Amino acid sequence: MSTKIAEVIESSTTGFIAEAYELYDLPSFGSLVKIIEPPSEIYGIVCQAGTASIEPGRRPIARGKDEASERAVYQTNPQLMKLLRSEFTVLVVGYTNDGKMYQYLPPKPAHIHAFIHPCSPDEVKRFSQSFDFLNLLITGNSQVPTEELIATVLREMSRVQDDPRAFLVNAGKSLTTLLSGDYQRLRAILGRLRT
Amino acid sequence: MTETSQALGIVVSGSVEKGVDIRLDAQASVEDMVVGRYVTIEGKKRRFFGMITDIRLGVTDEAITATPPDTSDPFTAEVLEGTATYGTLHVLPMLTIGGDVTSIVEGPQPVKTVPSHFSRVSLASEQDMELVFGKEDAQRFWIGNPLDMETKLCLNLEELVKRSNGIFGKSGTGKTFLTRLLLIGMLQKSKAVNLIFDMHNEYGWEGSSESAGRKVKALKQLFPEKVAVFTLDEENSKRRGVSTDFTVRIGFDEIEPEDIALLRQTLNLTEAATEAVYQLRRRFGRDWMQKTLDLSDSEETKNLLQQMNIHESTFQNLRRGLATIRRLPFIVQRTPVDAVKSILEYLDRGINVVLEFGRYRDITAYVLVANMLARRIYNRYQEKMEASMAGNVASPTPLVITIEEAHKFLNREVANYTIFGTIAREMRKYNVTLLVIDQRPSAIDEEVMSQLGTKITCLLDNERDIDSVLAGISGKNELKTVLARLAPKQQALIFGHAVPMPVPIKTREWGSQESYKEFARGNVSKQQAEKDIKELFD
Repeated sequence: MSTKIAEVIESSTTGFIAEAYELYDLPSFGSLVKIIEPPSEIYGIVCQAGTASIEPGRRPIARGKDEASERAVYQTNPQLMKLLRSEFTVLVVGYTNDGKMYQYLPPKPAHIHAFIHPCSPDEVKRFSQSFDFLNLLITGNSQVPTEELIATVLREMSRVQDDPRAFLVNAGKSLTTLLSGDYQRLRAILGRLRT
Repeated sequence: MTETSQALGIVVSGSVEKGVDIRLDAQASVEDMVVGRYVTIEGKKRRFFGMITDIRLGVTDEAITATPPDTSDPFTAEVLEGTATYGTLHVLPMLTIGGDVTSIVEGPQPVKTVPSHFSRVSLASEQDMELVFGKEDAQRFWIGNPLDMETKLCLNLEELVKRSNGIFGKSGTGKTFLTRLLLIGMLQKSKAVNLIFDMHNEYGWEGSSESAGRKVKALKQLFPEKVAVFTLDEENSKRRGVSTDFTVRIGFDEIEPEDIALLRQTLNLTEAATEAVYQLRRRFGRDWMQKTLDLSDSEETKNLLQQMNIHESTFQNLRRGLATIRRLPFIVQRTPVDAVKSILEYLDRGINVVLEFGRYRDITAYVLVANMLARRIYNRYQEKMEASMAGNVASPTPLVITIEEAHKFLNREVANYTIFGTIAREMRKYNVTLLVIDQRPSAIDEEVMSQLGTKITCLLDNERDIDSVLAGISGKNELKTVLARLAPKQQALIFGHAVPMPVPIKTREWGSQESYKEFARGNVSKQQAEKDIKELFD
């Protein structure tokens, strides 16, 4: 059983925003996360992350002028840990229902306060057996450049594969079909897939 | 699944007229594809048989051709291969096999539709080829193998000899080898007898192999009891160590005006001179040639010519021409034995006759002798055939006459005069057909070309020759590509009456000891074969 790392604070069909329990304890960009809502699980890709003040109107101020390190800043100002928060945005890329994997949008969005778990290598492996989710990433509204996101996702996923290169080649082939009208974009992604 | 039935791709577009386009699967490499190979297409209701006629490279996005990926990076190339860049095959469907019972009984039928979208395409397997072309049996002769396949391609020779056929190809592409093969086939598998006008002494006793630079066995060595060698030049035959069965001599009285008309160009005769021949024939009868040559330059002759309205210069022109013929050593005043009669005797006994020309390889001799003998033989056949139609007499054995340099007999100017033109046009009515061998098919009369049943053509590269060989066949443009890409040796394209669809082949090997054994084996009877097998295991 994987441990929860965050909680949903804003939710929609295509994605959700989550707050990490620990400041800066964010899942890495492009990684696969899941929400368990029996009988189903919703899978998503981390497409954006950041840390900011809990109050939108109050910007943090620089405090480290007399400190030796960043770490010392936090030690001197323990309240900072409570005044700042780390958030990340997730694009929904699939769900399971009764154990069966579907790589398209779930019928209902995730609940607010649903727990978010990182996916284990085995889960990533299972999920990446199909490349249907790539289309959701291409068309999804992530604030970062799509090419960057897709390349990172695939690189991440390739790490857990038995044959990473073959995985990337197959993924590239699927992308080629999806982006058949946009060679320049395809090239940009393929260029970033090299490990 | 054998390697030969490997899947290639799917049908993506097409038309009955132009053929279908097939997108290759990513794992099938374009470089493994060969123009001329056979594929099967699994339609929803029927199977299609077709030939690859073109191979192309395609891209899904034109931008790839403008800014190709960095070739030093194999990854991008590997990704794009088979997806954004792919191979396409152009296939000409030729036959269909329906799924219902009647079509299984009737066998492959000509194509009248195209396979539906996304039908699977795979290379034709050996069984598929056998289904279409049949196995080697009592009537089918193994002539070669389809390109890149081990399957034996067999021709139904019983069918083949029912029509006139042609073998074409540039000089040195293996026409003679192919002809020799086909003649062997006819000897073994058909009821027809052959009369071969062998200009270069290649078919009777032994021939030469250009590439190996050695002698190869010809018909008589392999089938001594079925072949008789006639010669025009006994001395030459003896020198070559060939035992001949008959020496052909031709008498003056056997030469007819039509023979002279045919030789107009080679003898450099004027139009008026050829006209004069007919008048002289009427005047002098059978001995016209002798009598014409005997005319002295007297007043009497002048009067005679005036009477016949023949100009002096025309007469001189004609005499020069006739003198050329008289100088041919095998032309004699009178022949002791009639060559035609003796050829016919052999043919009637089912013995094939090869007429060697020895040293007389110039075209005058060849055209004169071949035309004259063939005409008289044909007349005899015509008489026999008519007699058999009228009464209960058996019809004569089908005869196949082989002629080389066929355009000399069948070009546009003379095709109407020569007996070969008549045989080609009238076809099998009188049980006589032709096997035409030529290197310039474009010089042959179109009407004759269109009457040829089966054409076998080795490499041709002259545009006009290719056009004339392929005239009237469906998918001509596609076959052009195949024909132009045949190897310069040992490969040929067969199409027409005797094959259900055009097929490029690699011809069967000839010249080694094993090959002779193979051919001779076809000669033994079934009982003999069974006996041999029994002895082998006892």
